Amino acid sequence: MTTVDNGVNVQALLDARKALAGAPEAAQFTWRASAKWQNGVHSTTTVRNFFGLGAEQAHKSEAVFDADHPEVFAAEDNGITPIEYLLVGLASCLTAGVASVAQNRGIQLRSVESTVEGQHDIRGILGVDSDVRNGFNDVKVTFKIDADASPQDIEALVAQSQKRSAVFDALTNPTNVTVEVAAA
Amino acid sequence: MANSWRRERWESLRLLTPNWQSRLPGHRYSGPDPDGYMTAGEVVELIDRFAAVSRAPVRTGTNVTSVRAVDGGYHVTTSRGEIRCRTVVVASGACNLPAVPPISQAVPASVEQLTPFDYHSPGKLPDGGVLVVGASATGVQLASELRRSGRRVLLSVGEHVRLPRTYRGRDVLWWMDASGVWDQRYDEVDDLTRARRLPSPQLVGTPERSTLDLNALTASGVELVGRWAAVRDGSALFSGGLRNVFSLADLKMDRLLGTFDEWAKEQGRDAEVDPPERFAPTRVPDSTRLRLDLASGEIRAIVWATGFRPDYRWLDVPVVDAKGHLRHDGGAVDSPGLYALGLPVLRRRRSTFIHGIEDDAREVIAHLAGRLAARG
Repeated sequence: MTTVDNGVNVQALLDARKALAGAPEAAQFTWRASAKWQNGVHSTTTVRNFFGLGAEQAHKSEAVFDADHPEVFAAEDNGITPIEYLLVGLASCLTAGVASVAQNRGIQLRSVESTVEGQHDIRGILGVDSDVRNGFNDVKVTFKIDADASPQDIEALVAQSQKRSAVFDALTNPTNVTVEVAAA
Repeated sequence: MANSWRRERWESLRLLTPNWQSRLPGHRYSGPDPDGYMTAGEVVELIDRFAAVSRAPVRTGTNVTSVRAVDGGYHVTTSRGEIRCRTVVVASGACNLPAVPPISQAVPASVEQLTPFDYHSPGKLPDGGVLVVGASATGVQLASELRRSGRRVLLSVGEHVRLPRTYRGRDVLWWMDASGVWDQRYDEVDDLTRARRLPSPQLVGTPERSTLDLNALTASGVELVGRWAAVRDGSALFSGGLRNVFSLADLKMDRLLGTFDEWAKEQGRDAEVDPPERFAPTRVPDSTRLRLDLASGEIRAIVWATGFRPDYRWLDVPVVDAKGHLRHDGGAVDSPGLYALGLPVLRRRRSTFIHGIEDDAREVIAHLAGRLAARG
């Protein structure tokens, strides 16, 4: 049997799963992002620090994301639109899940590609029609996977990656969101 | 005796196992309908009969109110006196109380809420639509009979186990039994915690031996919605992940049927059953609603078919984990001399079925007898 290597350290994940089963407090993470208005509808959001395993943590380097709107929105298009970041999050989360589950199941991946489409009726955000919601009406992800596995096993990889996906859960289930203005 | 079957379940309930499978030590079904499913009343008779024939010293009408460890054994307090004993076998089952999620507290008072303990038959519910929450055996059975009573029914579906009633001409539980799936031991199961938490399969025992999966419910007019995630502004919010719980269940069912086919081929038994078959994938509704206004009057009642949990409030021995389950290793509870029987995957996958008790009991009692002998 050849060794399957998708570059995922599954052993570390399985060890973490075991360790955290008895230490739920260490499993509490806080993810953070800080945004700054630039001009118009352009903003930059910076991500660097987070909290987890009982301590402050940091990424190896800071990441900065530009968000803006395209020219058809009469904006300058200095970056992708905020709702497109949701697609980025969903696609990358599911892809990471596919790789992890494949590693755990001993399936060698050769390529994993996906396209994500979100159907969006912008009459909601423009206030044209109060019956139209602001967010996506439908999101569709299509995977193309080349791997040493049967079509059923590949289907199962994708299903399991949804089952364990943070972003899939955040998009399909409601989450309490609190937005406050800090004291000046 | 057989109190749960007598008093705590709905009127139409039948066993999920066929009659021929409902064996107890020294007793096999010898009636005219081996492929049928016993009604709750017939199960009560079966247990009464077994108690009489086995001459077990049963004390009926006696509630155990406390079991505590004392020097050299246990002290049991009952509604009819005290008992001192060296060992205790807990066989009170895994389904003593309905498990209802906290979101039930956010439901407006205008909607009546029932658990399977309160539900008896469709006629006893207020007129109007019903939301059934949970799509395991209980949920699909109640959704189906409520729909047949002419009501509008919504079924909130999370992860579930799909099974056809019959496969290749045999009861699907014949396959579970014959192919050895149910013989898998607790110490051979990959993820035992998960195996012990597995929801009951979408099965119903009817004279027609019909399959009661989500496609059957959709065809009968039941509306499927996702897992109930929250109540906000008086509305129930359902998960948009319905399609994936369908995929997970379809894939799992196909894998199981594949293991049956392999077994039949390897054992040379293909000739005695029908050819392999596969079932249509669970049909995804054109659009699933994510929100239901609970105060609109569209539904008048909610039936929580969200599972059951054991009740160990009487057990004054620290052997219950944070999730309310007994800590045990194959029936030997984490307190010397204390044993359990009749819990999910206690020693093998068949542990919670009526015919699953025999082998488990033999092994657990061997352990218990060994302990008594060693202590002299």
